[in-house]
Amino acid sequence: MTDLRFMVRQLVRNPLSLAGIILIFIFAVIAIFAPLIAPTPAGHGDPYMIPRDGFSATPALPSQQHLFGTTEGQYDIFYGVVWGTRSAFRVGLVVIGVVVVIGIVLGSIAGYFGGVIDEVIMRITDIFLAFPALILAMALVTVMQPSLTSVMIALIVVSWPSYARLIRGDILQVREEDYIEASRGLGASNARVIIRHALPNAIYPTLIMASLDIGAVVLSAAALSFLGLGAPEGYADWGQLTAFARNWIVGPSSDPLRYWFAVAIPGLFILFFVLGWNLLGDAFRDILDPRLARR
Amino acid sequence: MKDLIRIRDVSVRFYTYEGVVHAIDDLDLDIRQGETLGIVGETGSGKTMTALAILRLVPYPGKIESGSIVFVDKGLDKEIELLKLSEERMRSIRGNKISMVFQEPGAALNPVYTIGDQISEVYLLHQRQELAQRARERVNSLLANGRNGWAATVKRPFWRWQRRLYSKIAQESNSIEPRLLGRLPLFRRLLRRLSDEAMLLTVDMLKDVEIPDPARVAAHYPHELSGGMKQRAVIAMALACSPELLIADEPTTSLDVTIQAQMLELFRRIKVDKGASVLFVTHNLGVASEVCDRVAVMYAGRLCEVAPVEELFLNPLHPYTKALLDAVPMPGKELLTIPGALADALNPPPGCRFHPRCPSAKPVCQQERAILKEVSKDHMVACYLY
Repeated sequence: MTDLRFMVRQLVRNPLSLAGIILIFIFAVIAIFAPLIAPTPAGHGDPYMIPRDGFSATPALPSQQHLFGTTEGQYDIFYGVVWGTRSAFRVGLVVIGVVVVIGIVLGSIAGYFGGVIDEVIMRITDIFLAFPALILAMALVTVMQPSLTSVMIALIVVSWPSYARLIRGDILQVREEDYIEASRGLGASNARVIIRHALPNAIYPTLIMASLDIGAVVLSAAALSFLGLGAPEGYADWGQLTAFARNWIVGPSSDPLRYWFAVAIPGLFILFFVLGWNLLGDAFRDILDPRLARR
Repeated sequence: MKDLIRIRDVSVRFYTYEGVVHAIDDLDLDIRQGETLGIVGETGSGKTMTALAILRLVPYPGKIESGSIVFVDKGLDKEIELLKLSEERMRSIRGNKISMVFQEPGAALNPVYTIGDQISEVYLLHQRQELAQRARERVNSLLANGRNGWAATVKRPFWRWQRRLYSKIAQESNSIEPRLLGRLPLFRRLLRRLSDEAMLLTVDMLKDVEIPDPARVAAHYPHELSGGMKQRAVIAMALACSPELLIADEPTTSLDVTIQAQMLELFRRIKVDKGASVLFVTHNLGVASEVCDRVAVMYAGRLCEVAPVEELFLNPLHPYTKALLDAVPMPGKELLTIPGALADALNPPPGCRFHPRCPSAKPVCQQERAILKEVSKDHMVACYLY
C-alpha cells in the first residue's frame, strides 16, 4: 500500500509524467464517452464506421455540422478521431497485453530452465527477429485479409520476440541470485520459484518497455493503415484518416494550407497519444528504478 | 550416537566444455544426530558441493554421479535414500527436514518481499495442515463467543465456510475445494487466516533468533536491516519447520567479527534447544573450533581427515591438515603458507591429490589414493603415512 502511494506521489510530482497522465486520462475519457461526444446518427449501423456526408473527394472545411471538417470521401473527421481513440486503445492494449504474456511465459521458461529448452525457444525468436518488423507485418496482413484484427495479430507476431528476449535476460540474471537457490532449498517447486521469486524481480524492465511500446504499437498500426493495410474503408481509425488525407497534404497552389485539418487533426491525435504513453513510460522507468530512495 | 545422514561413495561431476570436473570424488561421511559437524577446506575443495548434494541442489551442469545419501528420519523412524526420491518428495524434505543457511544473508533474501512474508512462505509450504488446524480453532472461538451486532451476523456464514475449508485442509493438505478457491481472486481471502497464522509463527520464530521487536522487523524489507539481522532472519527461515539437519554454508564469512561471535553463540544455542544436527561449512578454522563437535577436512573434492574437534587441533595426522593449521595467522608467529596451488579439478593429479604439495609424499602417493581408515577412535585419515 505504501508502495502504491509512493508511486502515485512520484508520478504526480514530476511535471512531465503528470503531462503524460493527463494526456492518457483525456484520451481514456474520450474513448469511454465516445457515444456522448460524437453520437452515432440515427439509423447508422456499426458505430465504428464513420458516417459520410456525400461522396465528393475534396475535403470540406470545418463547419457547424462537421466540427473538424470532412476528409476525402466526406467522412466526418471529428467522429473519426473520437471513435478512433477506442481503436487506438484497443490495438495498443490488446497487442501489448498479449505480447507481454507470451514474452513472460516463453522468456521465463527459456531463462529459468536453460539448456536445450532455452536454445530452442531462442532460435525461434531469432527467426522472427531476422525479418524486418514492418515488412513482415505487411506481409502477414496481406495474407490474412486486411482488418483491424489482422493488424493486431501481425503486430503481436512481430513484437513478441523482443519481449521474450528481454524477460529471458532478466531471468537469467535473477536465476543466479542466492535467494532463488534459497527458495529451492526451502522446498519450493519450479513454478513457484519462477512466479513468486524470479518474476517479481525480473519484470520491471518489461513493464517499462510495455508502457513505452503501447504508443509505438499504435504508431505501427497507423502506418499499416496509412499503407491501406488496416481496417476496412470508413472504419474509425486514426491511421486511415491520415491515409484519406494523403492527397490533400498540399492544397491548390493559391492556398497550399487549405486542407490542413485533414492531415493535422488525426496526426495530432496520434502524436499526443504516443507522446502520452512515452512520458508515462519514462515516469515508470524512473519510479521503478530500485536505486531511487523510497522514503 | 546414531547417524542422521550417511553419505557413501558420492561423486559429483560437472560436465563442462573443457572437460569433466570432479567436484566431489567418492565421499564417505556421516552426520550424527545432535552433533555439529564442520567441513573445512580451501576454496574449491568441494565443501559447498557436499552441502548442496545432500539437498540434491547441485547446479547445472553438475550431476551427482553415484553413491547414496541416506537420511534417517527420527520422527518416522525410517531410512530414506535421498538420491532415489522423486523430486516432489525431495521438495517436502527441503526446508522441512533439512534446510540450509546461505553464505551471504543479503543475497539469500528476496528483495521484493518483507522478511515476514518470506519466512511465512516456509510454513505455508510445509505446514499447511498445522496452520489450518490453528486457523480452524480461531474461527471456532469466533463462532462460539456469540457476539451479536449486524457485522457478526453478516460474517457468520463466512466463518462457517472458512471452518469447513480449514477442516478440509487439515485432513488433506491438497484437497480440491480450498485449492481451487485459493486460485480465485476474492475467494482467496477465505484462506487468509492461513497466512495470518503463519505470520504469528514467524514472529515467534524471529523472537527465537533474538531479534528485538520481531513484529516490526517482520514487516521490513531485507534492505532495511543490518547484516547481522538479515543473517538472523535467514537462520529463522531455515529453522522455521524445526529441521533435523541445518546446513550452514559459511554463515559467518560475510559478517564482521562481533556479529560472528553472536552468530556462533546462536548456532550453539539452536543445537541445544532444538536438538538439530548442524553441518557447518567454513574455511575459518577458528570458527570451526568454536562450534563443531567433529571436523572433516576436505581437499580437492576428497576427504582427508575426520576427527573430533580437540583431536584434530591437538593431534592432526594428515599432512594437509597440519599445513592448514600452520597457515592460521597468529600474532607473533611467522605466517606459513602451503606451497603450490590447489589441484586443478579438470586434471587432478593421480593418486593422492595432495601429493604435489605434500612435504612427506611417498612414491606410492603418486599412484594410488589412500583410503579413509580409522587410526584411533573416531579419528579417520586418508593417508599412506598411517
